[in-house]
Amino acid sequence: MALPRVLVLRSPGANCDEETEHAFRLAGAAVDRLHVNRLIEAPALLADYQVLCIPGGFSYGDDIAAGRVLANLVLARLPDALRAFRDADKLMLGVCNGFQVLLKTGILEAEDQAGPLATLTWNDHGRFEARWSYLAADASRCVFLRDMDRVEMPIAHAEGKIAVRDDAALAKLAAGGRIVLRYAAPGEAATDELLPFPANPNGSAANAAGLCDSTGRVLGLMPHPERFVDATQHPRWTREPVEQPGAGLRVFRNAVEYFA
Amino acid sequence: MLWEVDIHPAAGRVDREGERLVESARAIGVALTGVATARGFLLESQALAEADARRIAERLLADTVVEHAVVGRVGGEHLSTPPAGNGRLVSVMPKPGVMDPVAQTTEGAVAELGYADVRVGTLRKYWMDGVDASGAESLGRRLLANDAIEQLVVGPLRLERLHAGSPYRFELKTVTILGLDDDGLMRLSREGQLYLQLAEMQTIQRYYADLGREPTDIELETLAQTWSEHCSHKTLAGRIAYRDENGEQRFENMLKETVFAATVELRRRWSEAPDREDWCESVFKDNAGVVRFDETDNVCFKVETHNHPSALEPYGGANTGLGGVLRDTLGTGLGAKPVCSTDVFCFAPPTTPDEDLPAGVLAPRRVMRGVVEGVRDYGNRMGVPTVNGAVCFDDRYLGNPLVYCGNVGIVPRDKTHKEPQPGDLIVAIGGRTGRDGIHGATFSSAELTSESESVSGGAVQIGNAIEEKKVNDVLLQARDRGLYTAVTDCGAGGFSSAVGEMGEEIGAEVELASAPLKYEGLSYTEIWISEAQERMVFSVPERNAEAFRELCEGEGVEVCVIGRFTPTGKLTLKYRGEHVGELPMDFLHNGRPPVVREATYTPASRDPASLTVDDATSDLLAILASPNVASKEWIIRQYDHEVQGGSVVKPLVGVGEGGPSDAAVVRPKLDSRRGIVIACGINPRYGDLDTYRMAASAIDEAIRNCVAVGADPARIALLDNFCWGDCEQADTLGSLVRAALACRDLSLAYEAPFISGKDSLNNEFSFMAEGGEKRSIAIPPTLLISGLGQIADVANAVTMDLKRPGNLLYAVGETHGELGGSHLALVRGAAGGEPPSVDPLVARRSYAALHAAMSGGLVASCHDASEGGLAAALAEMCLAGGLGAAADLSALHDDRVCALFSESNSRFVCEITSAQAEAFEAAMAGVAIQRVGHVNAEPTLTITHGGQPCVRASVASLDAAWRTPLGC
Repeated sequence: MALPRVLVLRSPGANCDEETEHAFRLAGAAVDRLHVNRLIEAPALLADYQVLCIPGGFSYGDDIAAGRVLANLVLARLPDALRAFRDADKLMLGVCNGFQVLLKTGILEAEDQAGPLATLTWNDHGRFEARWSYLAADASRCVFLRDMDRVEMPIAHAEGKIAVRDDAALAKLAAGGRIVLRYAAPGEAATDELLPFPANPNGSAANAAGLCDSTGRVLGLMPHPERFVDATQHPRWTREPVEQPGAGLRVFRNAVEYFA
Repeated sequence: MLWEVDIHPAAGRVDREGERLVESARAIGVALTGVATARGFLLESQALAEADARRIAERLLADTVVEHAVVGRVGGEHLSTPPAGNGRLVSVMPKPGVMDPVAQTTEGAVAELGYADVRVGTLRKYWMDGVDASGAESLGRRLLANDAIEQLVVGPLRLERLHAGSPYRFELKTVTILGLDDDGLMRLSREGQLYLQLAEMQTIQRYYADLGREPTDIELETLAQTWSEHCSHKTLAGRIAYRDENGEQRFENMLKETVFAATVELRRRWSEAPDREDWCESVFKDNAGVVRFDETDNVCFKVETHNHPSALEPYGGANTGLGGVLRDTLGTGLGAKPVCSTDVFCFAPPTTPDEDLPAGVLAPRRVMRGVVEGVRDYGNRMGVPTVNGAVCFDDRYLGNPLVYCGNVGIVPRDKTHKEPQPGDLIVAIGGRTGRDGIHGATFSSAELTSESESVSGGAVQIGNAIEEKKVNDVLLQARDRGLYTAVTDCGAGGFSSAVGEMGEEIGAEVELASAPLKYEGLSYTEIWISEAQERMVFSVPERNAEAFRELCEGEGVEVCVIGRFTPTGKLTLKYRGEHVGELPMDFLHNGRPPVVREATYTPASRDPASLTVDDATSDLLAILASPNVASKEWIIRQYDHEVQGGSVVKPLVGVGEGGPSDAAVVRPKLDSRRGIVIACGINPRYGDLDTYRMAASAIDEAIRNCVAVGADPARIALLDNFCWGDCEQADTLGSLVRAALACRDLSLAYEAPFISGKDSLNNEFSFMAEGGEKRSIAIPPTLLISGLGQIADVANAVTMDLKRPGNLLYAVGETHGELGGSHLALVRGAAGGEPPSVDPLVARRSYAALHAAMSGGLVASCHDASEGGLAAALAEMCLAGGLGAAADLSALHDDRVCALFSESNSRFVCEITSAQAEAFEAAMAGVAIQRVGHVNAEPTLTITHGGQPCVRASVASLDAAWRTPLGC
C-alpha cells in the first residue's frame, strides 16, 4: 500500500520540523514540510495527508503566550479544514509548541461551556528547562501510544506546565481518559499525586505530560519523541544498554501503522 | 484612542514575576513585603472601542485559565490600583525606537482578529509593598529597568500616544575637515564618534584636499566604520615591533605572520604529501572558517565577542551577540545552516557587593543573569542547540564582562564559495532599519567609561530571534534553488560594511531611501550605518529577483532592492536620487595607513609558589566549589542543547546526567554516523604569569577536550579569540604578540590549523574613583581557543563518567611541578609559581595513541585533567558515575601536592576494564601512562601518595561541593 502521508506544519519560529520529518521517515511515512501560509492559501491541500503534525519550536516567538498566535491564526483561517481532517479518521500530533498550539485551538477538546479546562503555562520554577524525563504512557486510549508503557524522552520548554481551571476540570479530563502521558519517577508506579521537581519538571497537574482528544487520534505532548529515535540521543547511552532505535520512534510508527 | 490591557495572574495563581522581584530585592538587602505584577499591552487606533479592546484581551492576550485582564484607557485609575495590598506602582517600558518583538507580533495577531492598523506597545508593571515611592524607583532602576533601553515610570502611566517617529527632512551634510590641525582632527574623531587615529584622520584630510572638497557625513562615517578596529583588525594586522627576552622581531602584519602563516604552512605540507589531504576549504576570508566534513558537506565555525554591548545591556548584548554569530554562519559561502552553538563568558564574581561597584557598572549578578538569558532566548528560539561553553570569574571583568558566542554550521561543498557578479541587484531581507545600534562598530573599538551608557546607548541592540529564524528558513531555500550569487550578514557597520565588503571588487550603487524603516525620521547616514539586527544582504541576478521576492514574502520576510553592484570600482550612495556620497572601493579598503605599534614583553617574576597542603580533602572540595569549576547546570539546562536531534554527547553526562562533559559531540546530518566535536580552552589565570604558556595551554586544552570524547586528533580545527586591554600600551600588546607566537608554534606542532579568529581590544573600563582620580581596570589577557573536531562514527564516543566497579584507572601524560595559576593557588590565595607548559610533540603521540585505543573500544571513560589537576579529574569522574575510586598518585610526581593538584597539560584519566588493560597498554606503548588505581562500588574517593592518605571523601560530599551555586 501507499505510504501514509504526513504534513509537518512549518511556521515562523517552528524549529523541530526537520528532526520530526526525519522521525516520520524512519517510521516509514512520506513527509512534506509545509509553511502555514501555503496551507492558508490552499486549505484543500490538507486533504492529501493522513497525519498532521505541528512540531516543536517557538511559533511567532511564543510572543503573548506559547502557541497562542499560531493557534489564533489556525482558528481564524483553517477551522473547517482542521475539523474535516479530524472527522475523516485521520491523526494529529502536536509536540511541545505543537501541543501548546493544539490545546489553544480547542481541537484537543479540553473545553466546556465555561471555557478551557486546561492550559499550558509557565513552569513552576519560571525558567526554560531542558532535561530528560521518565514517562508513563496509557497505551489503551491513544493511537500514538499503542504498545508503550514506560519511556524516557527529553523535555525542553518554558511553558510546559499543564494547569487546570479547577479540580473539577482535572477530574473531567481524568475521567475521560484524556491524560495519556504522565511524568513518573523511575521504578515507581505512575501517580496523580504531584511529584517533586525534577521528576515532574514543570509542576503539571496530575503529573500530566500529554493529553489526547476524545477519539484518541489527536495527541499533544510536551516531551520530544523525535529526539529519541536513535540510541545515541539518550543521555546515558555510553553507560547503559540502550536499544536501537530509540524508544521515541514508537510514537511515529504507531501513526504509520494506524494506516497499514 | 490609546487602550491599556493589563494581564494579571488569576486569583489563586502564583505571581512568579513578583516572587522573583522579592527574591532579587532580598539579595541586595531590601525587604519587600509583597509584589504584584502585570504584563501590559497598549493598543492605539482611531477605530478601537472599549469593547474591541476587551475582545482582544480575552481572545488573544489573556489565558483565562491562569490569568485575567484589566482593560481601560491609559491613565485610568483602576489600571494603577494595586491588585492587592498598597504597593507602589512602577512600570517599565521600552524606550521609543527600541526593538519590541512582542509588540510586533501582537500587531499581526490583532490584525488577524479583524482590527487593522492597531499600533501596539508593551510594558511591565510592578506594585511593590514595603517601600516608599523613592524606594520603589530605586529598586526599579537597580533591578528592573535598564536605562540604556528602557524607561521607568513611577505611579500612573501618563501617555497620549505611542511614539511613531517624526518625518525626516532631507539635507545633505558635509563635515569640515580641510584646514583642521591635528588637535582639530582628533576632536572631530572623538566627538563624531569616529574613533579614528591621527594618521587615519590625516589620510582622510589629504584625500579630500586632493579632491578639493569637504567629505559628506556619510563618506566620513563609511570610512570610520570600515577602518574601525572592529571591522579591520588594524592593530593585530598592523606593523608591530616586538621585543622580548629573545630580542626584537618586526612584523608587517602580525596576525598574517603568526596564526595565519601556520595554517598556510600546514596546507602546503598537506598538499605536498601524497598520503595527506588539505582539508581546509576556506580560511580567514569568509564570515567563518570552513573545513571538509564528508564527501558532500563542509562544516564552518566562527566565534565572535559582544563585550561592550553586554556591559551596557547584558540581555540585549548577549542576545544580539548570538544572533550576530548565527548570521555569520548564514553568511558563510552561499549560506551555511547553523548546527550548534558554544558560549563562553567571563564575569566578575556574582557575589561582588553593590557598594563596591564604580559608577556606570552593572552588578555582576545582574550581568550574568542577563547574559545567560540573552543567549538562552535567542538560541532556543532559533532552534540551534547550545552544546558547549565555559564561565570564568575574575574581579577584573567588573566593568568589562566578556561574552563569546560561537556557532558551527554545515554547508554543501558546492555552496561554499560566493562571488557577486557585476550587474547583480543588492537585495536586503529581514528586519527593518531603525536607529538601533548606530556606531556599534566604532564604539566597540573604544574604551568603556562610566559615561558610556549615556553616550553610546544607541549602540545597544535588542534582537528578534524569530525574524532571524524566518530569514534562516528562506535563505537556505533560496540557496538550494541557486537564486543568488553571494550573501553576507549585516553586522557591525550595517549596510555600510555589508555592501562595502561584497562590492569591494566590483563597485556598488545604493539608493538609501529604498530601505524599509521601523519608523520615520532616519537620515540617509543613519540608514547606512544602522546596526539594526536580523538583516542579510544578497547579490541577486536580475533574472532571479522575482522568484527571490516571492520566496521571501511567502514566509513573511520583508525584501527590498537597495541598489546594484555596478562595475565602476566605486561606492555610490544616493538618497531619493540625490548623490550623498562617493568613495573609490580601493581607497575604502586599502587607503588606511598602517597602524604601527611597539610591543614589549617582560617575563613576570616566577617566584616559586609556596604551597603546602595539610588537608588535601578540604582543598579538593574548595576547588570543586570554586565558581570556575563548579557545576554550570543552572545555565546549561536553560539552553536547549538537543534541538535538531543531533546530540550524542551532551554538556552534562553520567548517572544523574550531572557530570561535566569535556566536549560536545553532535551529528549534524541525521542520516549519517559521522559527528563533530566542539570544545574550548581558556585559562586567563596562566596569562598573568606568561601569555605564551596561557595560549599554549588553551590550545592544548581545546584539543585534549576534543580527543577526550573521541575526536580524531588529525582533524581538529581551531579558532582564536583574543580579548585584551589597551593595545596602545606596549606591554599590553607585547603580551598579546607573545600569545600569538604560541598559537603559531602550537598550531604547527599539533598540525591543527586556525581557520578563523577575532579580536576585541581596548577592554578597559575607566572611572573616577572617590577623590576624583581617574582609574582604569584592564581585563586580564584572555584568549579563548575553540576546537572543532570530527569523529568518524559517533558510536565510538567516550564520556567522562566512571562506568563499572573493578575497572582500572590510568593516568595518561606527564606531570610536572606546575602550580602557577593553578586552582589550588586560587583557593589558597597564593600567587606566583610555574605555569603549565606544553610539549606538543609528546602530546601529539599520546593523543594519536589514545584515539586509536578509543576507536578500538578500549576506553570505558576518559576525562581531561585541567583546573584542580588529577585530583579534581578523579573527583569529577566519581560524581558523574556515582561510583568511588581508589588511586595512588606517587608515580606521577614525588611531591604529593604536585601529584594531586599540578595542572600540567596533555593529561587524562582513563578507565579501562581489566580484560582490556593489556590491549590498552599495548595501544599506548611509547606514551607515559601509569596505572593509578581502580573504580569502587563504594561511593568514596580515596587518594594516596606512596601509601600516605591524602584525600578521603564521600562522592556525595564531592557532588555537593561541585554543585555549589554560582551565587546568582
